[in-house]
Amino acid sequence: MTKRQKRMAAIAALLVGLSLAAALGFTAFRKNMMYFYTPSDLLAGTSKVGAKLRLGGLVERGSVKRGEGLSVDFILADCVHSLPVHYEGILPDLFREGQGIVATGSMQANGAFKADEVLAKHDENYMPPQVADALKVQDGKHACAPFKSVNKVEAAK
Amino acid sequence: MIPELGHFALVLALGVALIQVFVPAYGVWKRDPRALAVATSAAQTQALLVFFAFGCLTWSFVYSDFSVAYVAANSNLELPMVYRVTAVWGAHEGSLLLWVAILGGWTLAVSIFNRRLPADITATALAVLGTVSVGFLLFMLLTSNPFDRLFPVPLDGKDLNPLLQDPGMVIHPPMLYMGYVGFSVAFAFAIAALVSGRLDSAWARWTRPWTTTAWLFMTLGITLGSWWAYHVLGWGGWWFWDPVENASFMPWLVGTALIHSLAVTEKRGLLKSWTVLLAILAFGLSLLGTFLVRSGVIVSVHAFASDPARGVFILGFLTIILGASFLLYAWRAPKLASEGEMTLFSREGLLLINNVFLVVASASVLLGTLYPLLVDALALGKISVGPPYFNAVFLPLFAPLVLMVGVAATVPWKRAKLSEIVRHLRMPLIIAIAAAIVVPLYIHGHAPVAVIAGGFLGFWAIVTAAQEIWRRMRAKTTLSAGLLGVPRGVWGMSLAHFGLGVWALGVTFVSSYSVEKDVRLSPGQSIDLSGYEFRFDGVEPHVGPNYDSDYGTVTIEHHGEVVATVHPEKRLYRATQQMMTEAAVDHTPLRDIYVALGEPLSEDASHTGDWALRLYYKPMMRLVWLGGAFMVLGGLLAATDRRYRLTRAAEANFAKNSAVV
Repeated sequence: MTKRQKRMAAIAALLVGLSLAAALGFTAFRKNMMYFYTPSDLLAGTSKVGAKLRLGGLVERGSVKRGEGLSVDFILADCVHSLPVHYEGILPDLFREGQGIVATGSMQANGAFKADEVLAKHDENYMPPQVADALKVQDGKHACAPFKSVNKVEAAK
Repeated sequence: MIPELGHFALVLALGVALIQVFVPAYGVWKRDPRALAVATSAAQTQALLVFFAFGCLTWSFVYSDFSVAYVAANSNLELPMVYRVTAVWGAHEGSLLLWVAILGGWTLAVSIFNRRLPADITATALAVLGTVSVGFLLFMLLTSNPFDRLFPVPLDGKDLNPLLQDPGMVIHPPMLYMGYVGFSVAFAFAIAALVSGRLDSAWARWTRPWTTTAWLFMTLGITLGSWWAYHVLGWGGWWFWDPVENASFMPWLVGTALIHSLAVTEKRGLLKSWTVLLAILAFGLSLLGTFLVRSGVIVSVHAFASDPARGVFILGFLTIILGASFLLYAWRAPKLASEGEMTLFSREGLLLINNVFLVVASASVLLGTLYPLLVDALALGKISVGPPYFNAVFLPLFAPLVLMVGVAATVPWKRAKLSEIVRHLRMPLIIAIAAAIVVPLYIHGHAPVAVIAGGFLGFWAIVTAAQEIWRRMRAKTTLSAGLLGVPRGVWGMSLAHFGLGVWALGVTFVSSYSVEKDVRLSPGQSIDLSGYEFRFDGVEPHVGPNYDSDYGTVTIEHHGEVVATVHPEKRLYRATQQMMTEAAVDHTPLRDIYVALGEPLSEDASHTGDWALRLYYKPMMRLVWLGGAFMVLGGLLAATDRRYRLTRAAEANFAKNSAVV
């Protein structure tokens, strides 16, 4: 091979390698991307049963019920709608009623959300920004004061 | 009074930093030696002023001066003294001051140790460091002044974030910042090379120890951060692919590429413009990391500030610094022609491939970290990219890197013979394969393919690193002469590669053989996990200096014998009313047993009923951090290699070249 051919071969190999890496990367990316929803989004039917997603909202006061072992049920609300959530495991330190949380999991056929992971963030007046944004209305303020409203929200049936 | 002095010192430091930028720049332009000489004294004055300001803030914390808003927000009369000192960098404003103080430290070091360099190079480098300093000082004074007063003065402070009240937190941020900021030195030298148009092996030789030092601090910082997360976050994980972790990992990857390409530039005079580009990128990613962490655009433990003005400022600063650097690069880099030819199958060729892999890895982390932010900014919805993405992309990129680590030390510069390499690496290959099969079978009785593959990579790096030392020692007659005869640089490289192998082994074993269980236990009840019997002996109330806790007791038995009694805690910090999980870990080099209290499950207030507990059995967990420690040690040895203390001859040679230009 001449020097020129060698160089072309090296560049071709590099291009093939890079496109392979890019293809792998984007596949992994597509598979592992999770969208964020609020209870209202889910009840409006914008997601499939069983699809993995993140759900954010406020834990309705008085709704946390412990079951056998580590199972726990609670209701997650935004200002308009609410949704029952089921979880097996240890809740984070900052999980409290009236607190904004983000749960990762999927919708079940029975209309409940099954959480694999529950995240709460670190300050009790703090809402995950995604939750705060989702609850915002046009004038930039919260549609309702985050904690009080939750007490009044009625479970949408 | 003291806080005002600190504030005043910062303002003065800004003024001096401006002098440090403009006077030497003028000197370089007009070739005026008097103006060039200003760089050193301005840099030193600026550094001392910043140190003084840092001392003032520390003083305010130690004496609990709650009239300073930042102290009131992050300290408390009950806070133990050691955490009062570390609370200085416990939140946004103070950690910026730490950033600037560390930059001052690096600048001071450059101004002291680089007296022998040509005056224009030193002056340009110091002016670049001064520019960075101006940016951060302005940022601090305009948007986040740590010395702001608070009226009326509160009687007590709000207390430091409980997550940060941990020994790991005492040293993790300064070490990580030493790394982040340290890359600014490599960046400054890169800009100096572009401005002067001179980039030869002497340049590489004096840039290398600085870069290696920054890299070793960064490695140390990341390792400590991982260790801290493991103990404090209560999830038992050591790496979460959290955006903030990624923010430190990206410059680390590019920095690792940089220390390798610097080796090629020094030894062979090749890859010059690539090296300069990496230096710019490494520092750019450090700045990006600072932006991500400090602007509050991402949600995490580290995101203290959510003030948009701050984010905009750092983003603007980032744009200016990187924009100017890339413009300069585009204009001047074509001048940095490499000397000589490069063949792919040679040490420099393999190092180039290593660089490509590291940079692609860094780019894939960048994609996963920034894409959700971009989608959000464009209002296309809210998404998150989970750890599975990073794991899926990272593994195929990292495996070939570890394979190459084993080959690279044996492959000579310029041109290699395949038959010779095969002959050299036959034994390590056999040993690594055998160990990868035997060790997991011996310890755990079963060996999945993933473990054999990962174990092979780990043992391969370990065995080849040891072989490199052995090969060099064999020539000497006695063992001590052999050990001393190996140059520090080689020791450093081998130790760091050895550490990579140890790390890979740890990761493989932890991810394959860990057993994790969340359980509900009432006092006196036991449960079996992986041959270990855990007996929950209940919790007792306990009063700490600034918290109250439920102090649990768990007895662990193995084959009928008590192995350990551990005390996981659930703390409630009084001032902030925050709950914290303090996990208890019993560890040996071969395994960790991790116990964390979940939550009380019974309704009574004394918490003496059932508890949720998190029980983990993690084999070889320590190796993950031990690997990091080896890399740090390797970096330390490599950075202090005797070659870097410039010899007279090299200097004279460089001076001659400079005169010609």
